[in-house]
Amino acid sequence: MTSMSKRFALGIFDDEDVLLHAIENVREAGVKIYEVFTPFPIHGIDDALGIERSRLPIAAFFLGMTGLSFALWMQIYMLGFDWPMIIGGKPHIALPAFIPVAFELTVFFTCHGMVITFYTISSLYPRWKTPVLDVRSTDDKFVVAIEMNEKTDLNHLTQLLRANGASEVNEKEMTKF
Amino acid sequence: MQHVSPVREPLVTGGKTYHDVTQDICRQVEAKPNIRWMAALSVALFFLGVFLYSVYRTLWYGIGEWGLNKTVGWAWDITNFVWWVGIGHAGTLISAVLLLFRQKWRSSINRAAEAMTIFAVICAAMFPVLHMGRPWLAYWVFPLQNTFGSLWVNFNSPLLWDVFAISTYFTVSLVFWYTGLVPDFATIRDRAKGPIAKVAYSLLSFGWKGSAKHWSRYETVSLILAGVSTPLVLSVHTIVSMDFATSVVPGWHTTIFPPYFVAGAIFSGFAMVLTLMLITRVVFKLEDYITLEHIALMNKIMMVTGSIVGVAYITEFFIAWYSQVEFEQYAFINRATGPYWWAYWSMMTCNVISPQLVWIRRIRYSIPATFVLSIIVNIGMWFERFVIIVTSLHRDYLPSSWVMFSPSIIDIGIYVGTLGLFFTLFLLFAKFFPVVNMAEVKTILKYTVDNGPTYTGNHGHHDQAHQPATHGVPASAPVNYDKHE
Repeated sequence: MTSMSKRFALGIFDDEDVLLHAIENVREAGVKIYEVFTPFPIHGIDDALGIERSRLPIAAFFLGMTGLSFALWMQIYMLGFDWPMIIGGKPHIALPAFIPVAFELTVFFTCHGMVITFYTISSLYPRWKTPVLDVRSTDDKFVVAIEMNEKTDLNHLTQLLRANGASEVNEKEMTKF
Repeated sequence: MQHVSPVREPLVTGGKTYHDVTQDICRQVEAKPNIRWMAALSVALFFLGVFLYSVYRTLWYGIGEWGLNKTVGWAWDITNFVWWVGIGHAGTLISAVLLLFRQKWRSSINRAAEAMTIFAVICAAMFPVLHMGRPWLAYWVFPLQNTFGSLWVNFNSPLLWDVFAISTYFTVSLVFWYTGLVPDFATIRDRAKGPIAKVAYSLLSFGWKGSAKHWSRYETVSLILAGVSTPLVLSVHTIVSMDFATSVVPGWHTTIFPPYFVAGAIFSGFAMVLTLMLITRVVFKLEDYITLEHIALMNKIMMVTGSIVGVAYITEFFIAWYSQVEFEQYAFINRATGPYWWAYWSMMTCNVISPQLVWIRRIRYSIPATFVLSIIVNIGMWFERFVIIVTSLHRDYLPSSWVMFSPSIIDIGIYVGTLGLFFTLFLLFAKFFPVVNMAEVKTILKYTVDNGPTYTGNHGHHDQAHQPATHGVPASAPVNYDKHE
């Protein structure tokens, strides 16, 4: 075993309700779950795994505020200060007329900032090859991955996962995962 | 925990398992293109050719190739622009507004509807860009350093608001759609056999593995994007309507325009979604996912928005009379009884009368009737924009300038050509991308059963953990977990 590779015990489940109970029981038994891979989002899995609520909404708010401030600054600076023009005798800084662009840029910054943040913090980017622990985890299986070291007793883990409804327990070694 | 009524019809029929969903949706992505798809693509490509030729004529010889004249300076180009943008609105309505309202039935149609939005906005964008005459200078619409000239763009102009609205709308719809596609690309990637498909879908899937943490963030992002897209979609057609409403042309200068245009946009958009879905479900055998219930629900939305549009037409007429402005009154009388009466009455018949047929249950659930209705509505909505634009312009304040507008062959070529562009893009999408959001449909399979989802959180159950795996049992079949307690 090289230092780069990791060994995993994979508990394969067929049903998300069984999975949720299993996650709770496995964690209660003191086993640390490395990651759970599922084909679709499961409600309640965050609580079961102890995943904290995402702070993305806070980021969204500040991104939106950035867009709004930028849009207002841009319009007021360009038409109000940099090159004031008389358009139909209206005020140079015609705030009501600036609202549509301010709104659109608020949405633009929120949305794109959000998506960029999401892909960045989740390290999602195009890659030539995507190694997965079990290819069925994007189809119809729910995979609980438990990282093993020299001291881990695979038999004990297998029993624990089986007892909690796993249909299979596999061992998998991955380099660079 | 969500309450699901036991009498509710299943959202996905046929007792599908998770694996069945994957199989059904991936089938056409993995299979060799069939002959019907090839035939459809050839027709679409032919019209794309017509589009390219018409664009070449427009760019080489100039806007004079179009049927515009001095009085009618805006005609088919802006009609088609508004028509296409309007069609796009249904996709965002389905993907964002119905998500916020927790309408779970949207899951099986939102992918295709969003794709329709993106392609429709691409088609729409062709018209203002071509009407610039020199599209290679299209970047001048953006606020650029004034070394390009001495002035900034005019932020008081609705045409400039359009630039921001349409570009925001397009890019936001695109990333929203793509983010939804990522998990499904991962599914296709993990099933792929060929080396090219493996690499292509690996690149497209952004290394998605479906980890619980990523799904949690994914859901948060989807919700926020839906939250910002909802006011966005309303703002886009509002701003489009302001192109007209902020002018002083009788027939355009109306405060009712923003809500009226938004309702019309959703109306025409749902008609186009229905047209596309009715074909897609048959060609790709998706009858279990896009059920009659979906068709009936979309018909209802079409009926509601169609009625709003009908009320708007009548209100406009009433307000013209009530305003006591001679020019305003003439604009409307001229619409209904002038030389373009046929366009006005086509619009009234298609948009006001035909959607009312949907009150009849048999029509609402009938595939042929829905298909015909959806086409009629699309025609009617095209006429609506034509009527608003051309009849308001063709008789202006100076009777000596009164003219009629007739489109040139190039006008027709560009319009028909954008249909070719749209269907080319849609057919390529339908072949190489999953047309139904697999991950999302899998989440609703259990919502279709009588007892709904059964997980109740951290309480209880701990010592009775020996729930047998439901291997081989369809996920949408009623599974009675209570018996294990």
